[in-house]
Amino acid sequence: MRKGNDLNIARLIVGAALITILALAFTPATMRAEEPVYGGTLTFAVAKDPPSYDGHRETTFAMIHPVAPHYSILLKFDQENYPKILGDVAESWKISEDGLTYTFKIRKGIKFHDGKTLLTARDIKATYDKIIFPPEGVSSARKGSYAMVKSVEAPSDDTVVFHLKWPSPSFLANLASPWNFIYNGDILAKDPHWYEKNIMGTGPFKFVEHVPGSHWVAKRNEDYFMKGRPYLDGYRAIFIKSTSARVAAVRSGRALIEFRGFSPAGRDDIVKAQGDKIKVQEGPWICYLSVAVNNTRYPFDDPRVRRALTLALDRWEASKTLSKIAIIKYVGGILRPGSEYAATEEELTQIAGFSKDIEASRKEARRLLKEAGVEEGSKFTFKNRDLPMPYEPMGIFMVDQWRKIGLDVELKVEETGPFFGDRKKGDFDMIMDWECGFMDEPDLQLYKFLSHGVSGSNYSRYKDPVLDELYEKQARAKTKEERRKLIRTFEKRVLDEQAYTFPTLWWFKINPHWAKVRGWNQLPSHYLNQDLRDVWLAEK
Amino acid sequence: MHRYIIKRILFMIPTILGVMFIVFVLMRVLPGDAVEIRYAEEGTFVSEEMLVQERARLGLDQPIWHQFVKWIWGIVRLDFGISMWTGRPITHEIKIRLELSLQVALMATFFATLIAIPLGTMAALKQDTWVDYVIRIFSIAGLATPSFWLGILMILMLLIYFKWLPPMFFTSLWKDPGANLSQLIWPALAVGYRYSATATRMTRSSVLEVMREDYIRTARAKGLWEKIVITRHALKNAMLPVITVIGLEFAFLIGGLVVTEQVFNLNGIGKLFVQSIAQRDYTMTQTLVLLVAITFIVVNFVVDILYAWLDPRIRYQ
Repeated sequence: MRKGNDLNIARLIVGAALITILALAFTPATMRAEEPVYGGTLTFAVAKDPPSYDGHRETTFAMIHPVAPHYSILLKFDQENYPKILGDVAESWKISEDGLTYTFKIRKGIKFHDGKTLLTARDIKATYDKIIFPPEGVSSARKGSYAMVKSVEAPSDDTVVFHLKWPSPSFLANLASPWNFIYNGDILAKDPHWYEKNIMGTGPFKFVEHVPGSHWVAKRNEDYFMKGRPYLDGYRAIFIKSTSARVAAVRSGRALIEFRGFSPAGRDDIVKAQGDKIKVQEGPWICYLSVAVNNTRYPFDDPRVRRALTLALDRWEASKTLSKIAIIKYVGGILRPGSEYAATEEELTQIAGFSKDIEASRKEARRLLKEAGVEEGSKFTFKNRDLPMPYEPMGIFMVDQWRKIGLDVELKVEETGPFFGDRKKGDFDMIMDWECGFMDEPDLQLYKFLSHGVSGSNYSRYKDPVLDELYEKQARAKTKEERRKLIRTFEKRVLDEQAYTFPTLWWFKINPHWAKVRGWNQLPSHYLNQDLRDVWLAEK
Repeated sequence: MHRYIIKRILFMIPTILGVMFIVFVLMRVLPGDAVEIRYAEEGTFVSEEMLVQERARLGLDQPIWHQFVKWIWGIVRLDFGISMWTGRPITHEIKIRLELSLQVALMATFFATLIAIPLGTMAALKQDTWVDYVIRIFSIAGLATPSFWLGILMILMLLIYFKWLPPMFFTSLWKDPGANLSQLIWPALAVGYRYSATATRMTRSSVLEVMREDYIRTARAKGLWEKIVITRHALKNAMLPVITVIGLEFAFLIGGLVVTEQVFNLNGIGKLFVQSIAQRDYTMTQTLVLLVAITFIVVNFVVDILYAWLDPRIRYQ
C-alpha cells in the first residue's frame, strides 16, 4: 500500500515537472522576465551640444543627455515608480520631527573616475555649497530652489546633514534634481569653474571624448558602486541639429533613440519604416504652452478682457485635434494634469476657459469684451516663435479661436533673438510662453506666476502680493491637504479671477526607439532618468 | 611685380578693418544676447541675478567701445578669445571644423576643375554641335540643381540601392583615408557639380571669345598645330575669368556650405557659423566673418597675382 502511494507521489512530481517545463517552453519570451544582456554601445541623438559640462550652471537637456551618465546624485526618481524617490549615493536618510534637519547616510566605497579618490560626505557638502551658496563669480541656475536651506554639514565621512530655515515639503524632491551632479570637493576648492570644461564623477560611465558639434563618447565605469551595473560597454551621443535628420538617424538605426522625443509625424515615419523593431513610449510631459498677456498695456490691463481671451479657447477640442499633429495634448491648469497637486477635471472645468461648454464660454467672452469697451474686429498681435513644434500649430489655432469672439488677431512669428527680446521688454500684446520642469513640484511650477520682479519669468508683467503670499504659504504648508487647498486658491486667482496669463495645452512626450533598447522608461520630463545605469541592448 | 604685390597687401588692411567694424556693429544691433538665448530657451526659471552675473562674466556689461577695442587688441595679438557659448577657445572650435570644410572645398574644387576645363573647352571648340548641346544641358542642369537637393538624392540612392549610408563622424584623412573619403566624397561631388557648371559655362564663353582673337588667327596662319594653338595660346588667355570664378567659389565654400553640411550632418564651418549667429555668440561670429573675409581677400589676391603672371600687361598697368 505504501509502495503504491510512493509511486503515485513520484508520478505526480514527474508530471508536475513536465507540465512546468512545457509551460515554460511555450510561454512567449516577452512574458518572462528578461535577463539583461551585458555589452554593446548605445548610440543616441541629441539636438545640440552641451554649452558647458557643469550641471549646476546649465539648464539644457543638451547637457543632461550626454553628461548625466558620468555623475551620481544624492537621490533620484525611481524610473519604475515615478515620483517615488530612491537613494543614489545616499544609502538612507531621516528627517527630524520638526522637519528642519535632514540627515543622509552615504554609501561607502564609491570611487571617482580617477579610480583612487573615494567619495565622502565632504564632496556632497562641497557640491551643495556650490549650488546653494555659490562663491563670487560662480553661477548656480537653481540656487533659488534651496532658499529654505540654512546650512549643509558633513560631520563624518558618511554623513551629510542639511539644516533648513523652515520645513519644506519640496526639499526632498529638490535633492533628487538630475542637475545636482556630485563633484569632487578638492577639485572645487582649487577651481570652482573646473567642472565647466572637465568631467570627473562617480557615475556609471567614464568620459572618453567630446568633439564639439559632432559627438560624445563614454565607456563603462568598471568601479561603479552598484554591482552589476551598468550593462552597456559605453554610449555615443551624436549631435544633430535638424529634426528631420534626427528622425532619419533613428529610422535608419544610426541612432537607437532620441531621449527628448519626436512629433507624431516623426513617430509615424519611424514606425512605418521599421515596424515592430520600434517600440513607442508615450506619456505626459512637464511642459506646457501658455499665453503671456501684457497686463500693462490697454486693453489687457482689464481683467474682463483677459478673461475673454482665455474663455475663447476650446482646449478640449484642441486636445483631440492638435495631438494628432503636434506634441500637445493634455488640458491642465498650472500643474501637470494627473500630478499630485493638480486640479481634478471637475475642479478644472470650473475655471474660466476650461469649461466643456465652449458656446457658453464664447458668449460670455463676447459679453465681457463689450462690457470692457473692446469693439468687434479690434486688432491685436500675438507673437510666436519660429519653431514648428509645437509652437506653430498652437499659434495658428489660437488666432483662429480669438477670431471666433470677434477679435482680429495677427500672428507675428519671430526668430529666437527678437522673440526673447520682445518678451523680456514687454513689447507685445500677447506672446507665446512656455515652461518645462524636471519634476512635478508646486514650488517650481508656481514660481513663474509670482509678481513681475519677484519672478524673472513672469512675462505678463503683473504684480500681485496676494499671489506672492499664497505661494509662501503653500511652500511651508504642514499637510498635503492644506497645501492642495492653497494651490487651488492660487490657481483660481491666476487663471480665473484675474486671468493674468493662461496655459493652453500640456505637452505629451513621444519616444519612438529601437525595441532592442531595454531598461529605459520614459518619465514625464526629458531631464530625468538619463544616467543610463539600467539600460541594456537586447540582441533583437 | 614686387611693388604691385606690396600695394595689394597694404590695400588688405583697411578692408579687414572695415569688415571687423561692420560685423561688430551688426551683431550688437541684433536683438537678444548669448545669455538671454542660452537660459530662456529651455523654459526653466533662471533668476535675473544669474543673468547679470553671466553677462558680466562674458564682458557684455562693458561699454560697446570697450568691447570693440578689447576684441581688436586681441586680434592684433592673434588672440581670438573664447566662445561666449561654450567657453572654449575660438581657435579650438574652428580648428575642429576647419579641416573638414577645407577638405570639402578642395575636393569640390578639384572635381569642378577636372570637369569644367575640358568640358568647357570642348563645348567651345565644337560650338553648336551635339557635343556642345550635351555639355550645355549638363552645365545648365548643374546650375539649376541646388547642392543640398543633389545631396539628398545621393543619400536616398545610397540607402535604397546599396543599403549603405556615409559615416556620421569625421575622421581625418591622415588617420583613416577610407573612412574620410567615404564621408566627404558625397558632399564634395554634390557641391562640385554645381561649382563645375559655373566654371564650365565660363570656360566655354571665354574660350569662344579668345578663339576669335587676332593672335589665334595669326598662330594658325603661321601653320602651328591646332593642339598648340589651343593649349598654348587660347587656353592660357581664356583662363583669366575662369580662375576668378574658381577662386571666388573656393572662398565661398569655406563658410557657405550651410545647407549641404546639414544634409550630410557635417561638422563644418558653415554649420558653426549659423549656430553662432543664432546663439548670439558674438566673439565666434566676429571671428568667423573675419576668417571668411580674409579667405576672400587672400583668394582675390592670389587670383590677381595669377592674372599678372598669366597676362604681363596687368603688371605694367
